[in-house]
Amino acid sequence: MSADATNADVPAQLPDAAGHYGPFGGRFVPEALVAALDELASAHRAAMADESFLAEFAGLSRDYAGTPSLLYEARRFSERAGARVLLKREDLNHTGAHKVRNVLGQALLTRRMGKRRVIAETGAGQHGVAAATAAALFDLECVVYMGQVDTERQALNVARMRMLGATVVPVTTGSRTLKDAMNEAMRDWVANVDETHYLIGTAAGPHPFPALVRDFVRGIGDEARTQCLDQIGALPDAVTACVGGGSNALGIFHAFTGDPQVRLYGFEAGGDGVGTGRHAASITGGSTGVLHGTRTFVLQDADGQTQESHSISAGLDYPGVGPEHAWLHDTGRATYQPVTDDEAMSAFELLCRTEGIIPAIESAHALAGTLAVAPKLAAELGRQPTILVNLSGRGDKDVHTAGEYFGILDKERP
Amino acid sequence: MSERTSRIGGAFDKARVDGRALLVGCMPAGFPTVEGSIAAMKAMVDAGVDVIEVEIPYSDPVMDGPVIQRASDIALAGGVRTRDTLRIVEAVAATGAPVVTMTYWNPIERYGVDAFARDLAAAGGTGLITPDLIPEEAGDWLAASDAHGLDRTFLVAPSSTDERLAMTAGHCRGFVYATAIMGVTGARSQTSQAAPVLVSRVREITDLPVGVGLGVGTGEQAATVAGYADAVIVGSALIRCLLDTPDDAEALTALRDLSTELAEGVRHGLPRGAGGRPG
Ligand SMILES: Cc1ncc(COP(=O)(O)O)c(C=O)c1O
Repeated sequence: MSADATNADVPAQLPDAAGHYGPFGGRFVPEALVAALDELASAHRAAMADESFLAEFAGLSRDYAGTPSLLYEARRFSERAGARVLLKREDLNHTGAHKVRNVLGQALLTRRMGKRRVIAETGAGQHGVAAATAAALFDLECVVYMGQVDTERQALNVARMRMLGATVVPVTTGSRTLKDAMNEAMRDWVANVDETHYLIGTAAGPHPFPALVRDFVRGIGDEARTQCLDQIGALPDAVTACVGGGSNALGIFHAFTGDPQVRLYGFEAGGDGVGTGRHAASITGGSTGVLHGTRTFVLQDADGQTQESHSISAGLDYPGVGPEHAWLHDTGRATYQPVTDDEAMSAFELLCRTEGIIPAIESAHALAGTLAVAPKLAAELGRQPTILVNLSGRGDKDVHTAGEYFGILDKERP
Repeated sequence: MSERTSRIGGAFDKARVDGRALLVGCMPAGFPTVEGSIAAMKAMVDAGVDVIEVEIPYSDPVMDGPVIQRASDIALAGGVRTRDTLRIVEAVAATGAPVVTMTYWNPIERYGVDAFARDLAAAGGTGLITPDLIPEEAGDWLAASDAHGLDRTFLVAPSSTDERLAMTAGHCRGFVYATAIMGVTGARSQTSQAAPVLVSRVREITDLPVGVGLGVGTGEQAATVAGYADAVIVGSALIRCLLDTPDDAEALTALRDLSTELAEGVRHGLPRGAGGRPG
């Protein structure tokens, strides 16, 4: 590892003590939760300063989750992109996505706080499966809230969670999707906060969740930065990721925020197109508001009622975004752009055919965005750019959705 | 506590002279319709509810249980807007009963905090109860409520530390809202054991009246809570009268009957014990 392999200058000052990222973040929660959030914040602080905690997290991440994940130069995809594309292979982690890093960290924190029960929200079921996995490993009771619409769309993931011993509760209120599952998890937490940890699935929610989730997923970028220096002898020109709540994007961005020459791009789910109103692009298509305990960008109507989001990707189908992304957008440090369903699916197919890798549809948004920014970067730099892409997950869970999209399921081709 | 006088304070003073607690009845604005909610609130006042709490319906009410969620969804599906809430406040305040508004924070930010305070004051509202706004995040609201002379009620909970109780009560004007249980709204078969303890903790650090809500649904429960609190706050049980009964006239009758029962309850509170309000 070369001397500058780790970036010690990464700004560590945000959030402030109250969880603010400039005007974003904070805590918009019932008073009943404040004591638990304070307890969590101090457990998180203490854990991050505790060598034995960090060693246990690192050991589990390596031996159980399979990190560091590979950095792979995708040569055939690169040819089509007009850029040197490096894939951070989070799809190869246990449970198939970056999410395992977050759940292992939070399960360790749960044990440290002496709690016996975890609750989680899930959309497609990826975080639910990851939470159920960690709960099985740590012998914790696990209840997963999932919108009823999603339990029907994602029956296989419901079965996975149940196999792992979790209880899946279909949520029948509101729009019956991820945001309502999150409301229901918060309601459970208010009522059971003494023995329960809310194992949130992304870098959103009230302080300290955005900060602690970032701390558990930042290994993605720390590893990738070192791997870039080792494998290609340079930092990339740009880092790209998809943005749902924002955990995989923050995870890979964080190590590079102190490298001003490295551009950061987050790609939001543009659904049918931001202009159609049917999308999940909170930063490019939303406005500042308060949702799920934090101030951030929100899809909302003129009265501040949350609007339903739309995306082919269940993992990006959320009408808010973590507050640190709102801040990175506001300060201009990162650039956020929408990617439509069709653009994502075309990049999905391209990766399948050029590299033999079936990506998660979420990650396909990052690939599509990469294809879109590559020519602009090339023009700007006057040479072929190097782009590091967070391939946040694998597409096994999406085979049905993609099969329907491409019309290749047997029932459609008798 | 700010030096300004409270808009709702007079009602508490009068109830204290009468030796009883106030009954606060909660209804979502626009449920089942804008006109229907005004009629329901007026019926509650007629039947002895002292203070009306108008809840602004919100798409993501994390402090509310299934009854208020359903009622809010119905109101929103009917197209109720924040400005309709102000019209409802005005219509109900015309009865002479104090009207306090309960709202999640995002609709207020979206309306504009100062603009909302101005319009609420003009509509005759007394102030806001803010279930997901803690004083640390409330800078704009502290300023706007001072500027427009509105009350502000933050919540305290059994889990609040003494420091937080003092800090939170210090930012309240009008009354403090004690959440009786760790949980969401909804009538419970038993009233909380934690509530009297919480109320006496609050009384040690403030002279403000203390209202207790979450879980009260019968006259008997209201009497129990009236034994130690200055206001008994009832929501889900009243709302259920309208949810459960499809016929409008029957629903209003059920609502009046329960209001009467609760109003009798707060008049037969147990004698104030050692933890009771001084003077
Ligand atoms: C593979 C994958 N990538 C990305 C996401 C989006 O979440 P986040 O923005 O928190 O990374 C999900 C969420 O389920 C996911 O499963």
